[in-house]
Amino acid sequence: MTGPNGDFLFLLLGIGGILVLATTIGAILKHRIAPDGSNPTIENLNARIMAWWGMTALLAIAFLAGRTGVIILFAFCSFAALREFMTLTTKSAADHWPIAVAFFVVLPVQYYLIWIDWYGLYSIFIPVYVFLLLPIITVLQGDTRNVFIRISETQWALMICVFCASHVPALLTLQIDGYEGRNILLIAFLIVVVQLSDVLQYTWGKLIGKHKVAPALSPSKTWEGLVGGVASATMAGTALWWITPFTVWQAAAMSLAITLCGFFGGLVMSAIKRDRGVKDWGHLIAGHGGFIDRLDSVVFSAPIFFHLVRYYWSSV
Amino acid sequence: MISVLARLTGAAIILFARFITAVRAIWDGIEPVPRQRIYFANHASNGDTILIWTVLPPAIRTRTRPVAAADYWLQSPLRRFIGQDVLNTVLIDRRPDARNHDPMALILEAVDDGASLIIFPEGQRNATDAPLLPFKSGLYNISAARPQVDLVPVWIENLNSVMPKGKIIPIPLLCTVTFGAPIRAEPDEPREAFLTRAQEAVLALAPRPAEDQQ
Repeated sequence: MTGPNGDFLFLLLGIGGILVLATTIGAILKHRIAPDGSNPTIENLNARIMAWWGMTALLAIAFLAGRTGVIILFAFCSFAALREFMTLTTKSAADHWPIAVAFFVVLPVQYYLIWIDWYGLYSIFIPVYVFLLLPIITVLQGDTRNVFIRISETQWALMICVFCASHVPALLTLQIDGYEGRNILLIAFLIVVVQLSDVLQYTWGKLIGKHKVAPALSPSKTWEGLVGGVASATMAGTALWWITPFTVWQAAAMSLAITLCGFFGGLVMSAIKRDRGVKDWGHLIAGHGGFIDRLDSVVFSAPIFFHLVRYYWSSV
Repeated sequence: MISVLARLTGAAIILFARFITAVRAIWDGIEPVPRQRIYFANHASNGDTILIWTVLPPAIRTRTRPVAAADYWLQSPLRRFIGQDVLNTVLIDRRPDARNHDPMALILEAVDDGASLIIFPEGQRNATDAPLLPFKSGLYNISAARPQVDLVPVWIENLNSVMPKGKIIPIPLLCTVTFGAPIRAEPDEPREAFLTRAQEAVLALAPRPAEDQQ
């Protein structure tokens, strides 16, 4: 069991084992406490576990399909996330063309640039070129009502759902000495640590959470959950150092950085949901939220993780 | 041959509708069971017929016929194929002076065949800022003639932003289709009272603006 395939299979088996355990616990809890599905916490937990099975399966399939598979998978994730985000933004009839361009030109071009590994362009395409060009298309439609809000929200949607999310597959383009052919494990590291942090924060919060971090933003985030979740996810990430190019201490520092980014990303996204008066971003699974609800923390941590790795480890 | 092609086209249309809108059905006060029903909905987009058709469970969909405008669905060979072979529409002519059939007779014939129907009682696409245009009398006439059939109010949310009037390329946004508790015309209910009640039943399914949910 050496090489990237061996390590990835090993990791996959580990995740599979944890998920089997989680699914069993979820089923027992449901059977013991509320077999009729009347306990929202247990239902939420089981829905999350189902979502992780889906994520794990998709990631495994994408890995088998290689770099192209991973890029296509995340392009579709971006599409689904942007579809959710744009549903809640301020729009007018005049925005039809700019939004069509965002979906059918900007998104494919960004992922194409990652596919051809043109770092110099994919890292400024949306923040510079789209930032300037899309407002031009918008104002040429002639509707000035709320125009500042409309162009800002569309740009923000593209930054979060396309630009930031695309930095997950962009990890495959990094060239790290002695780590050739293993970059997929960086993606696995990022997603596993951030998702673990999400669920551990939730679990710690449910178990011993008392003091709310930001009651105005999110009623469910507590200091106990934050500290317990980030600490235990950081330990889990540290224990995964063997799949990364990092040393043990570096793996710990990276885990801490991405779990904190993920936490604050979740806060930002729930503030936006509050502003728009919705509980969830979408309805991917009926009653249990959308793509963005599950991926917000990964999206916030991906570009930071990407640039930290690129700055300190990459040879180009 | 035609029927295989029609089924494949139908599957492609459903896939495309789901790709663009991730549409979800909300059954609020009614269950999705294969009973004969007349679904009546708000109408703001050309895609309305297809969206309702997409969210109906397959067993219900195959027995449901959209009532649609002949002048639209007979305009080209492709539309004719989709309208007649894929959607199995009941085509009626909206121009009283040009038609050689009685629309109500065609609709009642379909009802007597056991089909469920999809109709848009506003009679045209709503391009105004008002949530709903006043209903035409057709819905009342159908219920008065076939009082045993349930009329199911339907609210289509957001599709007018996906595909506003005059636009060809749809933009991807989430849509929902909400089905409400059925109504029927009471034996001696006046036409106007029934139509008002039907409009209110549809409007009651529209999501409230965000401010109200705080």
